[in-house]
Amino acid sequence: MSDKKYWQNFEELNQNEAEQKKLKKEFKEELPFEDLSNENIFNAKTPRRDFLKYMGFSTAAAALAASCEMPVRKVIPFLHKPDDMIPGISNYYASTYINDGDAVPVVVKQREGRPIKIEGNDLSSLTNGGTSAQCQSSVLDLYDTTRLRYPQANGKEATFEAIDKMLAAGLTANAGKPVVLLTSSITSPSTKQIISEFLAKYPGSRHVQYDAVSYSGMILANEASYGKKAIPAYHFENAKVIVSLGADFLTTWLSPVVFANQYAQNRRIDEEKPSMSKHFQFESHYSITGANADERYLHKPSETGAVALALLGALGGGTSSNISGKVAEGIKKAAAELSANKGAALVVCGSNDPNIQIIVNAINEAIGAGGKTIDWNTPVNYRQGIDADVLALTNDLNAGNVGALLVYGANPAYSFFAADKFIAGVKKCPFTVSYSEKMDETTELCKYIVPSHHWLECWGDAEMQTGYVSVIQPIIHPLFKTRQFESSLLKLTGNANDYEAYFRNYWITKLGSVENFEKFLQDGVIENSQLKTQSAFVNVSDLTSATAGVTSAEEADSASQKINPAVPLPVMSGATFSGNVADAASKISSIKGGETEMVLYQKVSIGTGSRANNAWLQEVSDPISKATWDNYAMISPQMGKSLFGVDIFNRNDMDKYEVHIQKPIIKVTVNGKTIEIPILIMPGIHPNVIAMAVGYGRQSINKDKTAEYIGPAANGVGVNVYPLAYYNGTTVIYSAPVTIENTGDTYPIAQTQVHQITEGRPVVRETTLANFIARPGEVQEEREKELKKFGESFERDGTLYPVIDKPGIKWGMSIDLNTCIGCSACTVACVAENNISTVGKYEVSRFHDMQWIRIDRYFTGDPQNPDIVFQPMTCQQCDNAPCENVCPVSATNHSSEGINQMVYNRCIGTKYCANNCPYKVRRFNWADYNGADSFPDNQRGIISDATTELNADLERMVLNPDVTVRSRGVMEKCSFCVQRCQEGKLNAKKEDRPLKDMEVKTACMQACPTHAIVFGNVNDKDSQISKLRARAQNERKFYVLEELHTLPNVNYLEKIRNTDRRVGSFVEKES
Amino acid sequence: MNQLTRLFLKITAILLFLTLISSRELLFAADGETLFKANCASCHKPLEAYVGPALKGARQREPSKDWVYKWVPNTTVMVNTDPYAMKLKSQFGNVVMTSFPDLKKEEIDAILDWADKYTKPGGTPEGPVTEPQSDNSILYGLLTLILAVIGFVLLQVNSNLKKLTDEKDGLKSPTPVPFYRNKAYLLLAIIVLFLFGGYFLVEGAMGLGRMKGYQPVQPIYYSHKVHAGDNQISCLYCHGNAQDSKHATVPAVNVCMNCHMAVKSYGGKPLVKEDGTAVNANGEIEKLYQYAGWNPSTKTYDKPGKPIEWVKIHNLPDFVYFNHSQHVKVGRVQCQTCHGEIQKMDEVKQFADLSMGWCVNCHRSTNVQFNDAQGHGNKFYSIYEKFHEDIKNNKYDSVTVEKIGGTECMKCHY
Repeated sequence: MSDKKYWQNFEELNQNEAEQKKLKKEFKEELPFEDLSNENIFNAKTPRRDFLKYMGFSTAAAALAASCEMPVRKVIPFLHKPDDMIPGISNYYASTYINDGDAVPVVVKQREGRPIKIEGNDLSSLTNGGTSAQCQSSVLDLYDTTRLRYPQANGKEATFEAIDKMLAAGLTANAGKPVVLLTSSITSPSTKQIISEFLAKYPGSRHVQYDAVSYSGMILANEASYGKKAIPAYHFENAKVIVSLGADFLTTWLSPVVFANQYAQNRRIDEEKPSMSKHFQFESHYSITGANADERYLHKPSETGAVALALLGALGGGTSSNISGKVAEGIKKAAAELSANKGAALVVCGSNDPNIQIIVNAINEAIGAGGKTIDWNTPVNYRQGIDADVLALTNDLNAGNVGALLVYGANPAYSFFAADKFIAGVKKCPFTVSYSEKMDETTELCKYIVPSHHWLECWGDAEMQTGYVSVIQPIIHPLFKTRQFESSLLKLTGNANDYEAYFRNYWITKLGSVENFEKFLQDGVIENSQLKTQSAFVNVSDLTSATAGVTSAEEADSASQKINPAVPLPVMSGATFSGNVADAASKISSIKGGETEMVLYQKVSIGTGSRANNAWLQEVSDPISKATWDNYAMISPQMGKSLFGVDIFNRNDMDKYEVHIQKPIIKVTVNGKTIEIPILIMPGIHPNVIAMAVGYGRQSINKDKTAEYIGPAANGVGVNVYPLAYYNGTTVIYSAPVTIENTGDTYPIAQTQVHQITEGRPVVRETTLANFIARPGEVQEEREKELKKFGESFERDGTLYPVIDKPGIKWGMSIDLNTCIGCSACTVACVAENNISTVGKYEVSRFHDMQWIRIDRYFTGDPQNPDIVFQPMTCQQCDNAPCENVCPVSATNHSSEGINQMVYNRCIGTKYCANNCPYKVRRFNWADYNGADSFPDNQRGIISDATTELNADLERMVLNPDVTVRSRGVMEKCSFCVQRCQEGKLNAKKEDRPLKDMEVKTACMQACPTHAIVFGNVNDKDSQISKLRARAQNERKFYVLEELHTLPNVNYLEKIRNTDRRVGSFVEKES
Repeated sequence: MNQLTRLFLKITAILLFLTLISSRELLFAADGETLFKANCASCHKPLEAYVGPALKGARQREPSKDWVYKWVPNTTVMVNTDPYAMKLKSQFGNVVMTSFPDLKKEEIDAILDWADKYTKPGGTPEGPVTEPQSDNSILYGLLTLILAVIGFVLLQVNSNLKKLTDEKDGLKSPTPVPFYRNKAYLLLAIIVLFLFGGYFLVEGAMGLGRMKGYQPVQPIYYSHKVHAGDNQISCLYCHGNAQDSKHATVPAVNVCMNCHMAVKSYGGKPLVKEDGTAVNANGEIEKLYQYAGWNPSTKTYDKPGKPIEWVKIHNLPDFVYFNHSQHVKVGRVQCQTCHGEIQKMDEVKQFADLSMGWCVNCHRSTNVQFNDAQGHGNKFYSIYEKFHEDIKNNKYDSVTVEKIGGTECMKCHY
């Protein structure tokens, strides 16, 4: 272990001077102590007299406050109390998070009629109860103050009746030209049916689906390869070898929650017979999936096709390319593994070029993935947009060939590569309607706005994958005068039903009985082979023809068929490959690269940017860059050196770059389009590639209106890089050759991690699979050696304090570093559960971030291209906690259940505890983030607009009533979700039984898509955590900084990489 | 030496004074009032007739001096034999007073003495009790004052004498200072002020936000005594959520209407507010109908209803988590333990101060419902194997809430 080295930033790696100085200081900012030295105490800024004045004032203020009367509080019970609602008791309803084609089956916690927390639905075999950061945060969007509150016609409020008449009249008046319905990818079978009814009513009309980040390359390639205009289901759980060509499938690609769940099944180590999948990643910048890969190789974005060709060639596909160097070696290795594991291997590719995807299809054919790791029986519906359709629509709009444009869920005016052209086109369209729930760039252009509900107010269904349907049911009565899109469409179709009735009929018919329908509502999901509800992946007009090939066995009309819930899911099947590899190869070889290239990617938090006004998401620090509230160009250390003369490996240069939050701005020019964007120097990115995240730079057409329309959290955040994408004739490509210049300007970027430094102490452990098999007890041997010197029993002999009994329950948590993918779902879940303040960029830049669980990023290995290890870090609930001993008022102390208790109302804010915490997990309320201050303007300039907005009455509805909202001046930290522990215990007591295992789940554990976190009662020998710890007793279990005798209640399981490199060594030994 | 003596004297004076102050607490004990409240208050009032006659001057009205001692322990017999008792019975609607065989003569005297002295209180009926200064404390106060003056004079005399002897001995005495500039006196004054100030500051600060005795006027004169006391309606009929939820909850209007659809008028004893004004009970039921939108003549809800805005009496700060079901269902605590004898209150008042000390004291003394040999108790606690073992081995016979962590911070603060 001694030769291993992990570092969080380059200051730490280089041990430079500024870093050392900073470490010695308690506070980042200078404190005004020098004023109080003896000589100038009387000349000090705050002399004694002033001090006395202040003291007098505060005493008087306290006396005044004390003499104030207690407020009279009212308690207003219902007039007629609904049966199923008990104040103080949460109800849980199954529903589905949907956003632009993303769908995650969830269970929504509703308290006193308000949805306050989203949890994964365990009954879904696709996600297995997992969620994502975006899914967790979407409950905040419900209470977004900038949501559209009423229907508008030409900018004026109108009633639904009036607007329905106007719309019906408008559509008839423009009947000469086609009506176009532009939506994001629709996963709902019933919505698809309504759309087809609508289209039937208006002949010549069409439905265009648009995805902000397009997957049409895959869809077109599959059409060419298999005759199926769709995306198949992937089964990472069946793959022993996974090769990803730039696909960030764990966090942003297609359906990350499902894939992460599958992926983790082969990454979880069974100590009895250790084995795990081998994951190769070929990419241009550091993605989260790349960070989890066993082997990672860098290439330029323009070389993706060449890599695919080389891989196909190495597998005997007869193709070749001019790839050389390390990447060629990697391809050789990957090909060897793939051919050794035919039928248990999978290759995925993030490119949107159909030719590359055809090659990838050919590779998957060569390794026998069809029917094993790729299933054509149950294609997925997440993304269905075809770029050419949207471009055709744009051209039609500009040519004046569209009679009416109806937009729902799509925002091309922001995210389309040719947004300018689209905007111009919409302006020419005589009749435009938006059904958006929020004012966005496209909605602003529309003449009529018929706002739709938030999904938590909706009825609906989502067929994520053929045969896998998840229900959407309203958890709250609509907050505003909004109407569900489907209902609006039904009105235009002339259907007397609203969508709720339509939906009921649709599913009762489909499922055969009301009981089955109610079970559907109860469970939230149906997974059934007979449930061929739709084939959403094609335009509705050619619905039947496209499904023919796939569903021939069950072609029978499903509507009349009674669904038998016992029918198992169909066996997987492949499809016949008929792609033209030679043609694709020749087209790929004509792709020209550039000296420097850019690649656009999505962040795990913001994604495509459609929900950019979510302050929780903005505050999530990117697991790779650790930056919040901005996008930036990630550049390699080499480029940093050549462009700015900053060598991050040189300790003297470091002081110029990393310690400052001000980062240089570069000018990026692509195809004549120019943007200015700040940079972050990141290792592990290709030397000649810059990577920029989409989803930022949201801006209203009238710039001043951005805060009002798009929202204060999105206002002024980042730069829009969508316009840098270009159209290659068939699809939109998200990478291109660029030229960069240094502008000489700087811009502050708020990063969270660089200040929480462990000072070289070993906090993560990592080994290779081979080493683990050879020496499974290595970690335990090292622990033993380390702890032996304290005496026989480390717990007893390592301290002066007595050992304290934990007679009943002792809570414990285990975090598996091998399955943690760093997706940050836990962070957002924790924010939602524990009412954690969002502080805004300025405060994050001063290191005042408040999140209780963070994802620590450690670099290791070759500094130029290091590995990354993620470590979720939260309060370790030490049984001998350093923080407890130093609190002068005992505001933090220990419970008999092993929880390190933090008592806000007793805390006086000395911050000694935070200072003494070796894990740096305590968070101090530096400012009044929650609007508790009596002086309303007190915090102006410190707290961001977004934070202030979160204190609006509407947004505060998201707060969990079981958790205290903290005020300024108190310390806070992870409580092991004590409110859930208490609730679980109480439920057991009420039912007169012992606590069941897994009855209490912390928010982070519940949210985790890979089940990396396990929580439970350690005193219960049959609990999962006890078994896990016992099983890992001689294997991977370790405690962070155990030698300090903090006795943490959180243990970690060592990370294992399936590689033959040495991991964690400072300089990589080349084989 | 002299200095020391003087200091000693002064300290003695202060201590004496403080003892006097604190002894005021003892004088508060008003036996008669406590006994009255515990035994008589549900039917008697000191000044006016209620269910029974007013107690003030009762002894003068009664036929003999000893009559009351015979009456109180033996009402049921005397009411049929004694002419005065029979007269009272007919006067008060044939309601017979409950016997109190346990009340001693002195206690009866104490109650009646208290009633005789009772005067109509002005201002708030409860709250921080401002006891009228009793004769004794005035006496003690005077005594203290006199003693203090004597002490002061003696000290002055002493210092003058010392000055004289010093002059006689040829010693030069320091220039005399007036007593208000004497540092010793000033120090004394400061110490006294500090002690007093500190005491009242701490008391005041601890009392901040405590609302014991809070008895607001509610939108409807709802008498718990009539419902829970006279008519024996279980608390959980209306406050059923106390078994399931953290909130006991005030019942919804439809719960009231479950009974009041049929119960249209009040036929019990006349209801009187604390200030003596009579309550039109049927008018209050009418108010309920207004809120519910109920038309009693047509027996339909023909008007839009609106919820009743009750004034919340028991308020806990936001940083306290309290769960009713934990106490009512799991701990099997009676409602009255915390809310007082609610079945005897017409208008509810806050019984306990709801302070943390009050909570913690109960957690220290209350036993957990451990599963005993008969299988009573809660099976949740079976995980505390060590305690069960110890009980079996007769190390102790019960386990308090505190022992299983019931006084830890994060049981109530999170």
